[in-house]
Amino acid sequence: MARTPAELAGAEPDPPFEITFDGRTVTALPGQSLAAALWGAGILAWRTTRAGGPRAAFCGIGQCFDCLATVNGTPNRRACLVPARPGDAVTTQEGHGHGPLGV
Amino acid sequence: MARSASEPYDLAVLGAGPAGIAGAVAASEAGLSVALLDASDQTGGQYFRHPAPTLRARRPHALHHDWPAFARLRGRLEASTADHLRAHHVWTVTRESADAWTVHALTGADGDGEHPVRIRARAVLLATGASERHLPFPGWTLPGVVAAGGAQAMLKSGLVLPGRRIVVAGSGPLLLAVASSLAAAGAHVPAVVEASGYLGYARHPRALATNPHKLLEAAAHGSVLLRHRVRPLTRSAVTEAHGTDRVEAVTVTRLDRHWRPVPGTGRRIACDALAVGHGLVPQTELATGLGCATRRTPDGTTALALDGLQRTSVPGLWAAGETGGVGGWLLARVEGELAGLAVAAQLRGRPAPGGRVAELRRRRDRMRAFADAMAAAHAPGPGWTGWLTDDTEVCRCEEVTAGHVREAVSGLGARDARTVKLLTRAGMGWCQGRMCGAAVACLAAAGTAEGTVPPSAERRPLAVPVPLGVLAAQPEAAQPEAAQPEAVQPEAAEPEATRPEGGAGPHGRADPA
Ligand SMILES: Cc1cc2nc3c(=O)[nH]c(=O)nc-3n(C[C@H](O)[C@H](O)[C@H](O)COP(=O)(O)OP(=O)(O)OC[C@H]3O[C@@H](n4cnc5c(N)ncnc54)[C@H](O)[C@@H]3O)c2cc1C
Ligand code: FES
Repeated sequence: MARTPAELAGAEPDPPFEITFDGRTVTALPGQSLAAALWGAGILAWRTTRAGGPRAAFCGIGQCFDCLATVNGTPNRRACLVPARPGDAVTTQEGHGHGPLGV
Repeated sequence: MARSASEPYDLAVLGAGPAGIAGAVAASEAGLSVALLDASDQTGGQYFRHPAPTLRARRPHALHHDWPAFARLRGRLEASTADHLRAHHVWTVTRESADAWTVHALTGADGDGEHPVRIRARAVLLATGASERHLPFPGWTLPGVVAAGGAQAMLKSGLVLPGRRIVVAGSGPLLLAVASSLAAAGAHVPAVVEASGYLGYARHPRALATNPHKLLEAAAHGSVLLRHRVRPLTRSAVTEAHGTDRVEAVTVTRLDRHWRPVPGTGRRIACDALAVGHGLVPQTELATGLGCATRRTPDGTTALALDGLQRTSVPGLWAAGETGGVGGWLLARVEGELAGLAVAAQLRGRPAPGGRVAELRRRRDRMRAFADAMAAAHAPGPGWTGWLTDDTEVCRCEEVTAGHVREAVSGLGARDARTVKLLTRAGMGWCQGRMCGAAVACLAAAGTAEGTVPPSAERRPLAVPVPLGVLAAQPEAAQPEAAQPEAVQPEAAEPEATRPEGGAGPHGRADPA
């Protein structure tokens, strides 16, 4: 019986690389989204709401916008859609991201 | 068929799931020029979501029944002349005339690409699939509580799990698929919690007897669940998720026939994740924005009303797959092929191949009958609102609680989701009500004589959030609010089918309100 998803799918990924989450090093596999890389490291929250609640990926398919993260300084990126790239710096996003944009 | 860059495509297919691929393949094999657009980089849609090539999965079939059938379909697409436009997020479709359409898309992994594009086509096939329906409960915003199909999608594409001990809950046949893949991928699944029962299927013996593949599928999931000792709990629901920074346990409560929680029956199950969903809802906003007629499905969702050849009520617009009602990938593929043949026949002015069309229609009708039986068996009962506390967040984006919504309904007289939205901001956030729409509509309906009636279609002006700069660069006619056919002026000569416009930055998004 498979112990991990990678074992189940018989995955032999290209060499892993590093990204950071709030300064902490996280290992990602090439082809994973940022959300998948974070889940893989056991991280389940990378946004706080205006009321301060922790949030992250919920729908997994780009529809809920709960997974918004600041990526390399750019806010409002949907982590479930954006592929992880070596050296990406993901930081916790506060609020819903409308404020600073004036929209 | 050769097409110069300045000419419109014969057909633009929106969505590269089983329905869209089958449609694109059939139309292009019948000689049409076809553009197949999808927000994703890959083909396959929700069901055949699969790891990126760099993850080098040697056994993608371990995550899908029917992988070989999909691989064959994809092979035909690759061999065809259809242009597959990856990472194209369609935000609206405008109509110049019955045979001149413009599809507006943003490019990039999350629609952040530099250049918005327009694709012109003589006909459009909508194959945008479904999204999940969610019914809120106390604690559902805790990290570790994820959508059931979302957990499935993250597993299939990213080979990850949200936890090690995952309760699966909600309603509908997707739960069994999710529980069996999570368990096969190494998670411990202490329970699958289904609000309805499975006996409802027995009321439709004919639909079951004529769809043996569905029984086989259920048996396959069943045997995986048995092997992994997953406990199925029917007529029960997760009525609360507990934890501070992430979910640590859930309360599972028995439900009566109307999905009302039975007091005193709650018990706790420890877990570090919960995958939850209450069925699927057709994604129809691109079509309803153009005035396509809809129908109500037996589980209270709104689907596009289609004729025997997959035509919507708007000439020139076809639909296939879950946009016309949720029914699984085999039905989606059959409808896609039927639509592709029908479009080719119409544009070429010759009849579609009669034998094949008749066969496809027979298979479609048989599978639709089964889908309706399933939908009826899993239709949410009105009693589910009994597990909401006043401080349960209903709208995740705007953090609007059930108490606020109820106040708008009982105190301020709101009777529909739209009024509730104006009064409370529920549904005004980034997701445009996709997550809370069903719940808000149910709560609003509680104030009417119909009481139990779930949602009508909510019109969303934009299918995806759009940078303000892109909207501002639209000619008047392409503004979604002005998309009445008679108001649409033919666009001034466009040099290319895909013309980049403006340099609008991605980060000043239009407020979806
Ligand atoms: C999250 C989720 C998980 C699911 N998992 C399973 C499962 O494990 N097993 C199962 O049997 N069924 C599953 N289903 C049901 C599944 O959707 C169908 O059985 C089948 O995939 C339907 O095929 P389709 O072609 O109609 O739509 P889909 O397969 O959903 O394909 C629709 C495509 O349209 C694209 N799209 C949508 N909107 C836009 C837009 N605005 N612009 C550009 N592209 C767009 C999407 O990216 C998608 O690729 C799942 C559904 C969902 C929502
Ligand atoms: S998880 Fe829902 S948008 Fe990313």
